Amino acid sequence: MVVTAPAQSGPEDLEMMWRIRAFEEKASELFARGKISGLLHLAIGQEATAVGVCGALQPTDRVFSGHRPHGHAIAKGAETGRLFAELAGRRTGYCGGKGGSMHLAAPEVGFVTATGIVAGNLPLALGAALSSKCRGESDVAVAFFGDGAAQTGLFHECLNLASLWQLPVVLVCENNGFAEFSPLSAHTVVERLADHADTYGIPTETIDGNDLTVVRPAAAAAIDRARNGGGPSFLECLTHRLRGHYEGDPTLKRGAAARDEAKDPIQRFTRFLHDAARSAELEGIEVRVRAEVEQAAEEALAAPWPERDDLLTNVVAQP
Amino acid sequence: MTKTIRYIDAISSVLRQELERDDDVFILGEDVSYGGPFGATAGLSASFGPTRVIDTPISEGAVMGLAVGAALSGRRPIVEVMFADFVTLAMDQLVNHAAKIRYMTDGQLSVPMTIRVQGGVGGGFGAQHSQSLEAWFLHVPGLKVVAPSSVKDAAGLLVAAIRDDDPVVYLEHRGLYWTKGLGASDETPTPIGTAAVVRSGSDVTVVAVSRMVGVAVSAAEKLAEDDIDVEVLDLRSVAPIDWATIDESVRRTRRLVVVHEAVVTGGLGAELVAGVHATAFEALISPAVRVGAPSTPVPASPFLECLYAPDTDDVIAAVLETLHER
Repeated sequence: MVVTAPAQSGPEDLEMMWRIRAFEEKASELFARGKISGLLHLAIGQEATAVGVCGALQPTDRVFSGHRPHGHAIAKGAETGRLFAELAGRRTGYCGGKGGSMHLAAPEVGFVTATGIVAGNLPLALGAALSSKCRGESDVAVAFFGDGAAQTGLFHECLNLASLWQLPVVLVCENNGFAEFSPLSAHTVVERLADHADTYGIPTETIDGNDLTVVRPAAAAAIDRARNGGGPSFLECLTHRLRGHYEGDPTLKRGAAARDEAKDPIQRFTRFLHDAARSAELEGIEVRVRAEVEQAAEEALAAPWPERDDLLTNVVAQP
Repeated sequence: MTKTIRYIDAISSVLRQELERDDDVFILGEDVSYGGPFGATAGLSASFGPTRVIDTPISEGAVMGLAVGAALSGRRPIVEVMFADFVTLAMDQLVNHAAKIRYMTDGQLSVPMTIRVQGGVGGGFGAQHSQSLEAWFLHVPGLKVVAPSSVKDAAGLLVAAIRDDDPVVYLEHRGLYWTKGLGASDETPTPIGTAAVVRSGSDVTVVAVSRMVGVAVSAAEKLAEDDIDVEVLDLRSVAPIDWATIDESVRRTRRLVVVHEAVVTGGLGAELVAGVHATAFEALISPAVRVGAPSTPVPASPFLECLYAPDTDDVIAAVLETLHER
């Protein structure tokens, strides 16, 4: 039986967005305090795309993310404690501390992996989709990437292949208007990135990526299309990163100055639920989730470092 | 039971065998349904269909990554890179993804894929269709690299590569495609990471790889006429290197020559010599000598191409150099 992706969203989605927000704010704090190191790319302000898409997926569907992956992993079901531990380089992290923020992997919940190479995850998602298709399985693959990816060669190779082979893949472009430090206009004259996909004959939709009630049904339609043999879809989610490119980057202030409550997907979805007369169900969500995330962070930081021998393990299969 | 077949037939035959043996195995590459430029995949499309033998556009980066994604999903893709030089277009996916994902995920994921790479000089194909790039791959932790020189190992190493749970770069030299040799009728794996002694000798150890193994054997036969007894090792596996076999040989002969077709600078030979110095320096009675191409791109002119690639005389000169009284 082919499942239909849920097009509705509710308080559980608000909770998930708060979980991502709380996780990333805590990560930012820990980074500022020197408790975690590395390159930390936060997606604060972009939670609706992660939750909108991942909430419409099945557990066996496969998600491939990029260098800003925390929200996607959490929304697909990864545990915040093991994610914090990974960011902190601890043995209890998903990748034993060897992956770090940009290379998270929680394949047991269908968050296959992330990559620090912009657009590098697109062909991985296509490969998963090809595997599903050739085996006659119904699993869908999803790639999340930013607007910066659209200027790579790999992006165009992948759009062509996804279309040519009608692969069950959903390509989710989180267009936050900035590639690294630069505005999109400094990198391309193409204003609507979905136009690229249109060129390759892929169904596209450009949506308000900060409105969960818009993202969820658009994602559900794309996922259903893929699962039912309708091939790839391209979702251009217009969103707004409320932080800099990475924690500590020189443009951090711009993100803060541009902070706009009206664009905050959490505030917007909260208002939506209030308007839908579901206020009673929202009580205590933020407080509860923040407490849960605090606890997860505390436990992660108390976890042991990897063993010295771990440096040399899992380079290749152990004999 | 064995019969005489060509190197390229050994490759075809193993591909067919493995496609039959394991439904997860599939082939991906440019023009593979037509057999590719040299016929390695000829006839496979008719037998296994377009979901197992998949023609791709000229999109090397995406195709390599797509194979990685399929491998992460439990398949065993075999990617054909038509010319070694084209792998440069797919290096991000090979180096940053295929090779690193097992480590980056601490073993949660593996990338069981085979990358068939055709390369080497011959035919005057010029600088962008003739390179030997084994040293590039050797430098990447997480990749296994094999380079068969014989028909038997063309089969055995391909079986091993396809069944291996890590990405294996399988280097085919087009100058060997039409060479003949004994092939086993049941293709048994040649263990990755093992060198082979193809000619025993006591005076000098020559470690050669790929097409240079035959060149080294020719040199050894000529030197034998002058009572110089050369041992020739076929490295077979570029990564990991079979240090034990090399060490044992060098400790006996006390002299070392390494031969590859790739440029000498920063090459496999440097790694081999450094490795021997680290473990058997005291055994050497003369400096090790590297034989390879000069630091130039591969020239197209047949005249210059012949000068470029090491030949029997180059190996003989290197062996004699190790024998000179110092």
